[in-house]
Amino acid sequence: MTDKTEPKKEELRAISVAEFFEKNRHLLGFDNPIRALLTSVKEAVDNSLDACESGRILPEIYVQIQKFSETRFKIIVEDNGPGIPREHLAGAFGKLLYGSKFKTFGGKQSRGQQGIGISAAILYGQLTTGKPARVISKTKKDKQANVLELKIDIKTNNPTILSETKIDWNREHGTRVEIEMEAKYTEKKASVVEYIKETAIVNPHTTLTFVDPEGQKVVFQRVVDKLPVEPEEIKPHPHGIELGLLERMLKETTARALKSFLITEFDRVGPGTADEILKIAGLDPKIGPKFVTPDQAYSLIQAMHGAKVMAPSAVCLVPIGDALLKKSLESEYNLEFAYAITRTPDVYRGNPFLIEVAIGYGGELPADQTVKLFRFANRVPLLYQQGACALTEAITSVDWKNYGLNQSGRNVPSGPAVIVVHMASVWAPFTSESKDAVAHYPEIIKEAKLALQECGRQLQLFVGKKHRKQLAEKKADIFKNYSEELAASLAALTGKDKKPLVDKFVKVAEEMLKLGTIEGEEETEEVKEEKKKPKRKLGAFKAGEDEE
Amino acid sequence: MTAKEDKKKIDDEILKKFKDSAEEIIETIEKKQNPKIKIPLRGLTNVYFDEKDKMIKLGDKQQTRTFFNIGQARKFMQTFLIASALKELIESGKTTSIRDVYYRTKHTIANTTESTFEDQIESDPIIEDIEVGFDALREELHLFASTRGAVVGEITIVDSGDTIDLRKMGSGGWAVPSIVEPEVVQFKDCTAEFILFIEKDAVWRRFNEDKFWRKHKCIIAHGQGVPPRGVRRLIRRLSDELNLPVYVLVDADPYGLYIYSVIKQGSINLAYESMRMAIPKARFIGLSVFDYAKYKLPKDVTIKLAEIDKKRISEILKYPWFQKKDWQAELKEMLRLGFKLELEALSAKNVSFITEKYLPDKLAKKEWLE
Repeated sequence: MTDKTEPKKEELRAISVAEFFEKNRHLLGFDNPIRALLTSVKEAVDNSLDACESGRILPEIYVQIQKFSETRFKIIVEDNGPGIPREHLAGAFGKLLYGSKFKTFGGKQSRGQQGIGISAAILYGQLTTGKPARVISKTKKDKQANVLELKIDIKTNNPTILSETKIDWNREHGTRVEIEMEAKYTEKKASVVEYIKETAIVNPHTTLTFVDPEGQKVVFQRVVDKLPVEPEEIKPHPHGIELGLLERMLKETTARALKSFLITEFDRVGPGTADEILKIAGLDPKIGPKFVTPDQAYSLIQAMHGAKVMAPSAVCLVPIGDALLKKSLESEYNLEFAYAITRTPDVYRGNPFLIEVAIGYGGELPADQTVKLFRFANRVPLLYQQGACALTEAITSVDWKNYGLNQSGRNVPSGPAVIVVHMASVWAPFTSESKDAVAHYPEIIKEAKLALQECGRQLQLFVGKKHRKQLAEKKADIFKNYSEELAASLAALTGKDKKPLVDKFVKVAEEMLKLGTIEGEEETEEVKEEKKKPKRKLGAFKAGEDEE
Repeated sequence: MTAKEDKKKIDDEILKKFKDSAEEIIETIEKKQNPKIKIPLRGLTNVYFDEKDKMIKLGDKQQTRTFFNIGQARKFMQTFLIASALKELIESGKTTSIRDVYYRTKHTIANTTESTFEDQIESDPIIEDIEVGFDALREELHLFASTRGAVVGEITIVDSGDTIDLRKMGSGGWAVPSIVEPEVVQFKDCTAEFILFIEKDAVWRRFNEDKFWRKHKCIIAHGQGVPPRGVRRLIRRLSDELNLPVYVLVDADPYGLYIYSVIKQGSINLAYESMRMAIPKARFIGLSVFDYAKYKLPKDVTIKLAEIDKKRISEILKYPWFQKKDWQAELKEMLRLGFKLELEALSAKNVSFITEKYLPDKLAKKEWLE
């Protein structure tokens, strides 16, 4: 940090995180006024959801956007979470990278991962309007709610409290944040409305209320009254660890021997597995971790990757669950078909993750547009950079034509469908700090693809059935309409009356449809070869390049 | 019988075939069964080269078209719609084009937005189905195809009762109608000794202007590329009925060889018409790639073979009717030289080189391929 006694060293000083943000706000999702609004709402809602869940409270979240002018808005996000004690309140909102979320190895699944979010929004508001943010919070123990008006000191990354009061609040506990900012409101793709709607889909235990700048209120009711299981913290899994991380862990561990290092620092490693790994690596179990040479570390990591280790414990991951995901999708859309699947956990780079996919089809969904894609990481909607996301790659790498949708080349399919892909992980790998796109790990793409294909197969069964039903209906019309035409021609050729002929055809058509004896869709050309004759292949010129 | 009585008889036969077929359909529906008609397949899969008759013929494969079938109902309906329109046409004694038939039969199907025919592309194959399915010639259905091509030469003909002396047709010649059956066209007073078919009308004009046909006692014809039915049928009739040899003069390229092949063996598309149109004894008089050296043509008149040309030549090499030694030599030489020649290449020597030297030479020396 700045050393005020030695101003000459100014050019060499480490800049504060807040200062870094001021200069690089695009990295965090504040690059334009539309996006800044969305990112701010997103960070606040993520925090609220995480807070409620960690307090084992069914979330009730209220989001409001107030409009002051075309370019100035105020966001208000309020939750029924456990509240923040006064001593942490200013830090939680007024300091970037505050809190316990910023971890190194392993961890547990949560929405916000870096703890940079909400204070970044406050800083953005402060930089664009000069106004402080207002936070209100009350814990169960508090008689009155604490109300702070605060800013962030850019140089020191510390909160500056401008005013502090206590008020009576009708909530037993909860937190509210209000930030005024330069922004722009839209209802198009990647908008606040879209974000709220998608958040509701993957958080079926949450009731979300949204009030837009016109004062229109929408309530997304929870579809389940049960909180997701509390995720547990876990250690890295031996199969996905990379050399760099292993070397750091070897240096920082408190274990005195390699064997105990493996057992204490890794998931699913007991004495037996540790012995096996060390045997494969050809290393003495008693070597002190700090004395492992780079070559030995390399042997160790090869052995770790190759050893038989149980799949990572799923306790650290909280899937939405196939049944709930399906129900949630159905409550959002009027669908003819929905199917969801939750895969078993897999590992990328030592981090357990799991993929869930849901597909909805038909109903009011438009048939002539590309499919609605919803990407989620740890129950957070990913609204930007669809093209750069591994989950999108998984979707486009599936041959959807096999599953009843249209697709041109390797693009997002089109048809009356909605596809949801959710990745749950202790540490979701994003391509950038603004958390818009999942990085391209082959394991993630593979898992997502498998899940999508399984949903695709179910979709295909439904679409096939529907298609056959439509065909039957079409048949009835075809034969009725063509019967009229055919009867007219036959009447002209034979001199008979048309009317009784039409009736006969329609009657036979109806009977055949009832009996199901109508022939299939394909033009079955019954080819009959009466005599065998010597045939020679002809062909240089296509039939048709010819006279009339 | 007179030509008129002949025509009446053919009309009645066709109308009876239509009526019988329609009545059979009605009987089937009364038995509550699925009405069906059988139509010979016209595609490449049902075409073969008859070694004995030396022509491309239609095989015995048939398709069964049923009405109560999702994929076939529309075509089934269309088949009888066209048949009823043709009945009307035959009864009126008039002849029309296949495009006319398309317009006569195209209408919106009641209670739908669907049309009986969306395009002429849909109605033309149905007409061909009727030709083969009812074993009726296109002209017997009172339909004519496009007319291309012209004829002049040492013969007088009668067309629809008008006597025409093909020796006095000026520079344009007599435009060959699409229907040249004996009821329409009769031959009189022929002094020609052979027929010369020329691929291109521009070259044909040279032959006409130089009065080649008068000097060499022949009939010259062209078809502007692949000759239409009328021209092919006329040459076939002249050749058969007046016992005249036929010589074919085309470019030395795969397309020229294809035209020769169509005249000689018939085509895949009209395989069912080969019996009336193919002229297996037609001779290929030129242009041969060997003529390049023989007549010392300049390098400038050659055209490099495109990839597609090479591909076609290697396919033609496998054709059953190009298996003779001299044909194989001709095709292989074309590949070896790597170029093709147009008839006009001969004009490099002299504008009338083709009529005054080239062709008389070839005929005198009997330099042709069969």
